Amino acid sequence: MGLRLNLVLGGTLCLIVIVAAVLAPWLTPLSPVMDADLMNAELPPSAEFWFGTDAQGRDVFTRILYGARVSLTVGIGSQLINTTIGLILGISAGYFGGWWDDLVNGLTNLMLSVPSLIFALAIMAVLGPGLSSLLIALGLTNWSWTCRIARSSTLSLKSQSYVQAAKTLGYSDFRIMLTQILPNIVGPVLVIATLGMGDAILAEAALSFLGLGIQPPQPSWGNMLTDARELIAIAPWVAIFPGLAIFMTVLGLNLFGDGLRDWLDPHMRTRPV
Amino acid sequence: MLRFILRRLLQMVPTVIAVSLLIFIIFSVVPGSIASSMIADGRGANDPELIERLNREFGLDRPVHVRFGDYIWNLAQFDLGTSFRTRQPVTELIGERIWPTLKLAIAAMCVAIAIGLPLGFFAAMRPGSLLDSITMVGAVSGLSVPQFWLGLLAMYLFALTLGWLPSFGYGEGGLRNLVLPALTLGVGPMALLARTTRAAVLEVMSTDFIRTARSKGMSSFRLVKWHVTRNALVLIITTLGLQFGSMMGQAVVVEKLFSWPGLGSLLIDSVGLRDIPVVQGSILVLVLCFLVINTVVDVLYAVIDPRISHG
Repeated sequence: MGLRLNLVLGGTLCLIVIVAAVLAPWLTPLSPVMDADLMNAELPPSAEFWFGTDAQGRDVFTRILYGARVSLTVGIGSQLINTTIGLILGISAGYFGGWWDDLVNGLTNLMLSVPSLIFALAIMAVLGPGLSSLLIALGLTNWSWTCRIARSSTLSLKSQSYVQAAKTLGYSDFRIMLTQILPNIVGPVLVIATLGMGDAILAEAALSFLGLGIQPPQPSWGNMLTDARELIAIAPWVAIFPGLAIFMTVLGLNLFGDGLRDWLDPHMRTRPV
Repeated sequence: MLRFILRRLLQMVPTVIAVSLLIFIIFSVVPGSIASSMIADGRGANDPELIERLNREFGLDRPVHVRFGDYIWNLAQFDLGTSFRTRQPVTELIGERIWPTLKLAIAAMCVAIAIGLPLGFFAAMRPGSLLDSITMVGAVSGLSVPQFWLGLLAMYLFALTLGWLPSFGYGEGGLRNLVLPALTLGVGPMALLARTTRAAVLEVMSTDFIRTARSKGMSSFRLVKWHVTRNALVLIITTLGLQFGSMMGQAVVVEKLFSWPGLGSLLIDSVGLRDIPVVQGSILVLVLCFLVINTVVDVLYAVIDPRISHG
């Protein structure tokens, strides 16, 4: 019961964000950047401006819809990079063993000993702000869990008879890794990627809030909160809605990820979670 | 025991060197990072003479391995270089900021332990109860919420609307200024701790030795005191230690939000000023704090669970 609830609730929240991001131009007639109007600055939520307006008189609702594009791009893009790195390193380390395994293990432990947000911050400081820097910074710093899972699963799969059979049949190492091992670790890796997407969206928000991520006037949920800090006393709605958007999205991803894990892991299914 | 502690401390050395190398690579080997990014500020763009002068001034014209050697050698003497802006030693700048950051982190950890631990514990004692459901919903929400946003809302409510607490700054270093930042930073670890504690206690409660103790007629109180707590503690402490790392990252954001004069604020201000030695130094010190905490945690394990030090 509870598991299904996680999946349904999380999936619904994620779907809302995807729809908002994809259909943004059709859901709002306004532009997130160009429709600034100082005559309308700092208006509270109303029938015309659902979430109110900011200091430049831009519609907060419109900016949140367009901000969803940034969050989703960063979340999905950075996790694609992380997952690819983690899978390649993890599977090859587990499969080949030896010095390569030691090297990958050392690298993974090193990554785990540097807090990922600080690591990303360092990369952003060097590369400078922007969407591509964010993708690089968040894509290179969060692959260690994927790598660990991939490595330990490969180690145990390697001795399975069907992998041995494939070897005897003369399959190449690459083919074995791709067709015999990878399909068996997709489940847990998918769970990590889903939860990691939430972390990436939170990290993007934090970095943009600090002024290192997406630069104004382009809207991102994080940089909308930077302005909100100055406005909080007179226009609290400018702070409330972008934060709520981040919260709902990450909550959706976390619930979906948890639900996915419980659904994939029969051991957990019998226990109260 | 002493040998274990010494061994654990020695194990830190290669990690510290590796982390220093990593930070060095990010900031120095990336081509033209320092000079060109200073010029990207708009001051004398595309002037080869200026780039050359900057490179010479920062010693960037020397080969990479020489620079890395110098860097490690200086590091071994606790010399992190000189700030480009203030011309002060970086260690001095960091020294002033480290205590506020540690104070904030420790206070946040105390908040997390004081609230998260009992919640997780009582939730596990009554699985499926109302308290359990509320705790679990709260925990997943606490892990999904951007902490600095909660901080912003708390600032609005407690400082600006109710006027109970100062909205930002360090003040005289008193408790009143610490409350909001510490609560904000404590939310994430609190949520994770509640969740881990609940899982750990449930795990221990389902083991054979608990069933045996129960069937022997041991009272619930003694059962919890002697068996459950001690066994659940190992998992709880692991979580706390690991959580400290992401807390060092979050602290940067929370410090900036509350204008807290810690390492995080120094780091972000220096990124804005392109003061690379200070950026590099504060990142290194933040990571070192995390490494030290994790070593302490490992030693704590051995105290709680004697099986570990012999392993």
